[in-house]
Amino acid sequence: MELTGAQILIKSLEEEGVDTIFGYPGGVVLPIYDEIFRSNLRHILTRHEQGATHAADAYARVTGRPGVCITTSGPGATNAVTGIANAYMDSVPLVVLTGQVALSLLGRDSFQEADITGITLPITKHSYLVKDTKDLARIIKEAFYIATTGRPGPVVIDLPRDISVNKARFDYPKTVNLRGYRILKKVNMLQVNQAAQVINQSRRPVLYVGGGAVIAGAHREILELAEKAGIPVTTTLMGLGAFPGTNRLALGMLGMHGTRYANYAVCECDCLIAVGARFDDRVTGKIDAFAPKAKIVHIDIDPAEIGKNVRVDVPIAGDVLTVLGELNARIDVSFEERKEWVDKIDQWKREYPLQYDQTGDKIKPQYVIEQIYEASGGEAIIATEVGQHQMWSAQYYKFTQPRTMVTSGGLGTMGFGLPAAIGAQIGRPEALVFDISGDGSFQMNSQEMATAVAYQLPIKIAILNNGYLGMVRQWQQLFYGNRYSQTDLMAVNPDFVKLAEAYGAVGLRVERPEEVRPVLEKAIATPGPVLIDFVVDREENVFPMVPPGGSLENMMGGCAE
Amino acid sequence: MRHTLAVTVHNYPGVLNRVAGLFGRRGYNIESLNVGTTDNPQFSRMTIVVEGDNLFIEQVVKQLHKLIDVIKVSDITDEPTVNRDLVLFKVQAEPAVRGEIMQICEIFRLRIVDFGRRSLILEATGEKNKLDAIEDALRPFGIIEMVRTGQVSMVRGRR
Repeated sequence: MELTGAQILIKSLEEEGVDTIFGYPGGVVLPIYDEIFRSNLRHILTRHEQGATHAADAYARVTGRPGVCITTSGPGATNAVTGIANAYMDSVPLVVLTGQVALSLLGRDSFQEADITGITLPITKHSYLVKDTKDLARIIKEAFYIATTGRPGPVVIDLPRDISVNKARFDYPKTVNLRGYRILKKVNMLQVNQAAQVINQSRRPVLYVGGGAVIAGAHREILELAEKAGIPVTTTLMGLGAFPGTNRLALGMLGMHGTRYANYAVCECDCLIAVGARFDDRVTGKIDAFAPKAKIVHIDIDPAEIGKNVRVDVPIAGDVLTVLGELNARIDVSFEERKEWVDKIDQWKREYPLQYDQTGDKIKPQYVIEQIYEASGGEAIIATEVGQHQMWSAQYYKFTQPRTMVTSGGLGTMGFGLPAAIGAQIGRPEALVFDISGDGSFQMNSQEMATAVAYQLPIKIAILNNGYLGMVRQWQQLFYGNRYSQTDLMAVNPDFVKLAEAYGAVGLRVERPEEVRPVLEKAIATPGPVLIDFVVDREENVFPMVPPGGSLENMMGGCAE
Repeated sequence: MRHTLAVTVHNYPGVLNRVAGLFGRRGYNIESLNVGTTDNPQFSRMTIVVEGDNLFIEQVVKQLHKLIDVIKVSDITDEPTVNRDLVLFKVQAEPAVRGEIMQICEIFRLRIVDFGRRSLILEATGEKNKLDAIEDALRPFGIIEMVRTGQVSMVRGRR
């Protein structure tokens, strides 16, 4: 039987097990939206295409299944660009369907035409411009396969209008045939043995765990390795949740805003085991001074990451889960043998804890995060925007489960958090979802309040409102002689409580420390979306801090003077 | 060091864009890039010449492998290869100097492919060094225009 392209699209999505898509309609995707109207597919209408991509991205992050979003051509597609780049940088499986002008109008600067496959070339794992309806099913099959396997990433499918109108036989392929696409399946046992030997012989090992461990679902294997062999674990921003933050061996985050003890451990270790991490500049600081005494074992599914930024002693290209399984079986050193090292770590933790001073009558932003942690029993999914509040969330919320920290790590996208909280709540309806936000970031996608209200999503938005673009202000204070160029929003911020109410959400304001916890409890108990405007100490800084380009052992602040 | 990469890619529209774009955004400098069809119409073959140390080339090769449309990447720098470039020169050739130019043609085995009233078009094939030498030899006469194909390479023997 012949079906239209739009029908083939919907059927193919069903074949892929997709039940929810995020999107925004428009001219050239009308035939597709007509089929969506008639299908069982759940379509979440956001208020901006960027919101749709971020929501689909977060949906993928919390569920582990691919996120799907759809936009119209031209501005609809270009609005999705930031969301695509965001997913690319954090290796999120996303299938982005963009409308395109009809084939006959392509390349003529037609109304709402944009070369979206061209524009997104450097920020997609792969992309397709569909030229014939009979290729559509195969392309969708390939797109999902590419997006979800190996190192995941976004795939764009550009759909000219006539592709969705024209008819073709529908026969969903069972397999894909991609000669140029290889996924590493076999593990090089020689290298695993070598890694085991290095780890067994080391005295002061550290596990450095990134987002790849979360994606691979290797949290149990990491816990096993750490506890079996007495290896302290530091995670990157993306790796939070891959190791329980409450464990004795947890060092928290490393790098620019990492804990002192994590950074000291990295500087002192004689063996660094990097798992699904990519030695980002925010992690390493001055690259030549990173883990200077360590033999480096690097496990990653993407061979191009190995040796990209640092020299590696034992490279292992392969699936993190498989590699760790093999590696753990070859570890024959006990926790006891590492006692001296673990004691040293404990001592650093006692000497240099994360700290702030909540004594005055101004609310400290870190205190809000700690109270969210306690009020949620540490069980919430935390979406964040980007800036100071993001770093405080990473420092003070003790993530214990993978896929519970939803944050824009690589691209650092302000405005990610609110649509991400929406996508996360839709992916995990039973979970308590917070968007921890700043007053600056919140305004970058605040229109998605309407989405949260429309679907009555019980997300809790905690704005740490300091009336500044706080992270930029912090840099201006520290490195630009206190010249707060274009970062003071105090006088021009909207009334966030009224804004929430205007959208039909509940808005609450907190101005005193003792109100923080009761209002949080109230917000959690309130059905539907709640926005809480925490008026916090304006000039609080994120510490410790490794100045840009500095080495990890030279941190500013965050310790008792 | 100069490296020669032999890259087999899908013969789809946009593939050249993907490869060239990769080099551009990661800051890899292409010295020459040649692309053409192969005995199999499904595939194209690129010969890419790029300058860099071994670590850098390793990263280039790994990044190329990540492109879905790239089937095979071989660094053939250290293999025994035949390397060829084709170049066309349009040279000023007033009657007084034509004899001299034709002598150069004989020495370098250049072919005269167009005979104008005031200019000649000459064709040469060979390795980069030879073509550079020809260019130097012709420059005093005035090169009006020059085009080069970029290097194509093939590994010798049965491989």
